[in-house]
Amino acid sequence: MTATKLLGDLLRERGVSRRAFLKYASYVTSLMALPPSAAAAMADGLAKAHRQAVIWLSFQECTGCTESLTRSFSPTLEELIFDFISLDYHETLQAASGEAAEAARHASMRENKGKYIVVVDGSVPTADGGVYSVIAGRTNLDVLAETVADAAAVIAVGTCASFGGLPAAKPNPTGAVPVSELVRGKPLINIPGCPPMPQAMAGTIAQILAFGKLPELDALNRPRAFFGETIHDRCYRRPFYERGMFAKSFDDRGARDGWCLYELGCKGPVTYNACASLKWNGGVSFPIQSGHGCIGCSEPRFWDRGGLYRPLSAGTTDAGRVIAIAAAAGVALGAGSAALARRRSAATRALDETRTKQE
Amino acid sequence: MELLDFARGPALAFAGAVFVFGTLWRLTAVLLLPRLRDLSPARADARAPWQSALRTVFVRMWPRKEFLPMTAFATANSYVFHLGLAILVFGLAPHILFIRGFSGLAWPSLPSNLVFAVGVVTLVSLLAALARRLTHPVLRLISHGGDYLSWLLTALPVATGLLATGHLGARYETLLAVHLLSVAAFLIWFPFGKLMHAVLFAFSRGATGIRFGHRGVSV
Repeated sequence: MTATKLLGDLLRERGVSRRAFLKYASYVTSLMALPPSAAAAMADGLAKAHRQAVIWLSFQECTGCTESLTRSFSPTLEELIFDFISLDYHETLQAASGEAAEAARHASMRENKGKYIVVVDGSVPTADGGVYSVIAGRTNLDVLAETVADAAAVIAVGTCASFGGLPAAKPNPTGAVPVSELVRGKPLINIPGCPPMPQAMAGTIAQILAFGKLPELDALNRPRAFFGETIHDRCYRRPFYERGMFAKSFDDRGARDGWCLYELGCKGPVTYNACASLKWNGGVSFPIQSGHGCIGCSEPRFWDRGGLYRPLSAGTTDAGRVIAIAAAAGVALGAGSAALARRRSAATRALDETRTKQE
Repeated sequence: MELLDFARGPALAFAGAVFVFGTLWRLTAVLLLPRLRDLSPARADARAPWQSALRTVFVRMWPRKEFLPMTAFATANSYVFHLGLAILVFGLAPHILFIRGFSGLAWPSLPSNLVFAVGVVTLVSLLAALARRLTHPVLRLISHGGDYLSWLLTALPVATGLLATGHLGARYETLLAVHLLSVAAFLIWFPFGKLMHAVLFAFSRGATGIRFGHRGVSV
């Protein structure tokens, strides 16, 4: 349950030094692209904040988002976020199960009415009354509506919760929708990615705690600090793009020497995320550095956009049949109009010959 | 990104179908038209018809000496933007990938920065061509809306392509979508305006060459 102590006191009790705390505040400030002077304000804000009650709802998902936050590497600065929040309900992480787990959720909602944050990972199935995903006998639709009713804000974590994700891929048999289609009248932040970057999740929550307001968001409700630039903008292979040097296959010399993966379907130019600058596993690497093009996992409908390995500049529709029909129709119409012209020409010639004979 | 999906999908497919339909319609209609019979015998020293046709196609790529002073600017400027357009279309890697997407054909690309520079020169050249059309009294008199539309739909893909490559003015996906839509507009208009000269010029010059050659005219 949510403690009434201030975060600063709690962290001191746990042996987190002032130096480590300031280091964390500076780290998050830097992540959020805030000015350096904001680090002290963030540290002050966090120290005076109470542990934030968080209810984490997992719907149609793979638990990759939770894995991203908890297993990135150890020890991790991102993990410190668990000291700042009171994770009152999380099916994967909580010890309680069954009715006790549901009771914990209801207790947190009651005690923190209007103040708790709801984090959702996974899309919500809506087809057939939402029966494709149920928790404790209740549909995700029901649980979400009930939990969000008295929440202070909602954070959709991962591409499934933000944009529907793979469950919403055609033909979308469960009628999966993102959280944004179901939640109205509440502040909503999307932190997409498959999985999302742990820094984006931790940084966003830390900023809300420290400053009591949402970070600056883009048109898709994503924090600009993490989704303000494309992968292409920050990609170390970018110079090879400019020089027109492209890898032709995943294992060729060019790919190994850092050539651009555009021809192999990299979606970096149209994907907004921080993978290329913050990288994964403690800054070790990111997909493009490991030799695979960006698949655009933090963008809506990345799964239905003409194939992960189709170059961005190529058309997405297999129009061969339509083009063939158009070609046949064009030739037929051209031949028809030429035949008409020939007939008119022959008729005119015949008329001329008749007149000549008559004269 | 929805606009980009539309541009990469239905818009390009529709434009491609209209382009193929219109181009084949006009080409077939022209090639199958009844030929005017020349009842006179060919001059004794006349070249074979195919030789006259081929020679005329190439000889007319440069004006005769008598006309050179008058047409020097138009000729040079036309070369600049025609060659520039060819380099843009066939030299940039994303364009080659686009072509490979529907034809399976591919070839080595040029450095993107070089193609960008060629794009700037091409755009300036196209603007010069428009300025000349607007200021030359005879050209202005014989120009109509379709000519200006042809110019616009040629210049737009170049301008939007430069903006997309340089990431200037808007988000890349928006610029790329606008660029693809401008290409789609170009493809749709191509068969129905004077842009069709890109296909018909060889046939019209060839027909002229055959006729002139038959009559013994020097080509």
